[in-house]
Amino acid sequence: MTPSIRALVVFIGVGLVYLIVGFTQSWALAVTILNDGLIVAIMALGVNMQWGYAGLFNVGVAGFFGLGGLALVLITNPPAPGAWAAGTPRILGSLLFGAVVIWGALRLYRAMEPGRKRALSMGALLLVGLILFRMGYDPAVNSVEAVTPASTGNIGGLGLPIPVSWLLGGVLAAGAAWAIAKTALGLRSDYLAIATLGIGQIVIAVLMNEDWLDRGVKNIINIGRWPVPHEVNLQKQQWFIHLAQSWGIDVRTASTVFVGICFAVVFTCILLVLLTLAELSLKSPWGRMMRAIRDNEIAAEAMGKDVKRRHLQVFVLGSAVIGIAGALYVMLHGLMAPQSYNDPLRYTFLIWAMVILGGSGNNWGSVAGALIVMLLWDEAESVGPAILGFLTSPLPAGLIKQHLIDNAVQMRLPVVGAVLLLVLRFSPKGLIPEK
Amino acid sequence: MDFLNALTALFNYVIIPATSYGSQLALGALGVTLIYGILRFSNFAHGDTMAFGTALTILVTWLFQSWGITFGPLPTALLALPFGIIGTAALLLGTDRVVYRFYRKQKAAPVILVIVSMGVMFIMNGLTRFIIGVSDQNFADGKRFIINALQYRKMTGLQEGLAIRTTSVITVVTAIIVVTLLFWFLNRTRTGKSMRAFSDNEDLALLSGINPERVVTVTWLIVAALATIAGVLYGLDKSFSPFTYFQLLLPIFASAVVGGLGNPLGAIAGGFVIAFSEVIFTYAWKKVLGYLLPASLMPDGLVQLLGTDYKYAVSFTILVIVLLFRPTGLFKGKSV
Repeated sequence: MTPSIRALVVFIGVGLVYLIVGFTQSWALAVTILNDGLIVAIMALGVNMQWGYAGLFNVGVAGFFGLGGLALVLITNPPAPGAWAAGTPRILGSLLFGAVVIWGALRLYRAMEPGRKRALSMGALLLVGLILFRMGYDPAVNSVEAVTPASTGNIGGLGLPIPVSWLLGGVLAAGAAWAIAKTALGLRSDYLAIATLGIGQIVIAVLMNEDWLDRGVKNIINIGRWPVPHEVNLQKQQWFIHLAQSWGIDVRTASTVFVGICFAVVFTCILLVLLTLAELSLKSPWGRMMRAIRDNEIAAEAMGKDVKRRHLQVFVLGSAVIGIAGALYVMLHGLMAPQSYNDPLRYTFLIWAMVILGGSGNNWGSVAGALIVMLLWDEAESVGPAILGFLTSPLPAGLIKQHLIDNAVQMRLPVVGAVLLLVLRFSPKGLIPEK
Repeated sequence: MDFLNALTALFNYVIIPATSYGSQLALGALGVTLIYGILRFSNFAHGDTMAFGTALTILVTWLFQSWGITFGPLPTALLALPFGIIGTAALLLGTDRVVYRFYRKQKAAPVILVIVSMGVMFIMNGLTRFIIGVSDQNFADGKRFIINALQYRKMTGLQEGLAIRTTSVITVVTAIIVVTLLFWFLNRTRTGKSMRAFSDNEDLALLSGINPERVVTVTWLIVAALATIAGVLYGLDKSFSPFTYFQLLLPIFASAVVGGLGNPLGAIAGGFVIAFSEVIFTYAWKKVLGYLLPASLMPDGLVQLLGTDYKYAVSFTILVIVLLFRPTGLFKGKSV
């Protein structure tokens, strides 16, 4: 089979499975899984750009994903004049001051001779900087969080249209990626992995604990969506009620499925745009250069390619794609729940499993892998207990049987792990190999 | 008197907790560093190996408790520990046979092995959650305190209390015993020496007739023991939940890297560096300063440099700084 026929077969197969879910379980479930799958497909595309094109080992995916969500909140939520009066400018000023202190310390590091003197003066600068920063920052944070804490208590947003935030979600993630890449990209592969894992966790800790920014664990609800209608509004429209009746479905279910399909259309469009750009870049001289660098860094460097700069570029681009996915995810759920990102298995390593399964280096493969693994993951919640109930049916009813059925959903972890190991062992190029 | 009170508070809230946490991290980091030295990859499944070993130990502990077996003033889990180690060793050796050996024979790139260990991580994590559930488990029994705050105050007449928990002492004593045994093994026995030789220069070790499969088997056995002991000690000291143990991967990696990957002494030093920095940066110093400073100089706030939620941020900041300025760690580690 040529790679393109193989890809076609894989996609038809995946589509059939989604249809089967729709026919046998429910269309609402099929659409929900599809939407989750499309968002992780965008994430997988980003990871594939970093790992598949360039061999960069990024396991801080959850952090960039969360930053994309944060961007959506900060761009589209209504402005909070109360918080602005209470101290938003002071918070921003303190953060700027903190950045200046760090920049100054770096300048000092470059300007002075190595030795104890340099270490001491840098330490003193950072300590004084931290104390001054906290003196400016802490009171401002307290007063901002004290403004109507039950409903807002954060700095609010800019009130801009939602599509702007998709782009800016990417920009925010890209900015963070640039700062990280500047410090960590010089590291060897597994050190880079450990460093990105840590930095991703730090980003999530910030999202979870800085209430002035996004209300932390109190979550932000009722986040806007565009261009998708709200279910409640849809249920009041005459034409929609007629449509539902003519199909013989009740209006509520019909509205859920309809909204889900609208989301799926939006996500598919965005995914296709990104996929086209990714494919074009891969086939361009730039893409060939990236793969040459990945396959043999030393040779590429000897040919005059600026390896470090290219790595920086692709790391930032890939993270931007992950950030866009983050913004879409928050729009889909209308909810910013920073605590939920604190699960690297789901938001980082699962994406890796998708890229490996689909075929590292192949964009279509990553999308297929994402749709398959997401289906597996989400279906474990509904099918898992049933399967285990069947398997344990010879056992007498009791504590052990109940425990096994209750924890059935956890079996998705070993299943994903086993799929990952089997692919690595028997078909390391994945479902749709790189051309 | 104020000085003694301040010292007591310092011991109670900083030195004792950081020492026991440091010992737990050091044992965990020793496992990571041994795998890196011998098998030459960063094992992402290590946190979940600890979780698996601890879960097994907890199950055996419950069994013993149901039979009425206890360990007097000491936690029953110490009696169950050997069974946990045996189970974990079986799991690790099985994983090596089924999974890792294939890549070793192929001489796969270290980065492939890291991805493979991600797959193993998923399986172990799921198994642990499946066996024992996702909720918090507290399995410490026996005597809670060696000295409690009240006794200490009566004994010394100080205002500030000092509590020494049994689990802290057990942690430190066990860590000392385990580390001594490990270093004796690595430096004095024939197998240990062959492990070090293999870690230093694989080709030379093979040429001089060292059996690589034997070295690898022994390494997994030691790693199983270290991971289970570290996990059980951490669980006795705090509590057990699969997710917390998965998260422990971060400070453990930080300890191993800060000390220099592949260097056992470095792993121990790294564990304490990370533990002490986490505690020092996230402790509210108001109490200690309150005894030392005159009332007029007393700061208003808690004098806490960072919130406790950012303790992982501390270990990673240190990790990144060390990686940038001394890429092989504080002690000379190796790079593959």
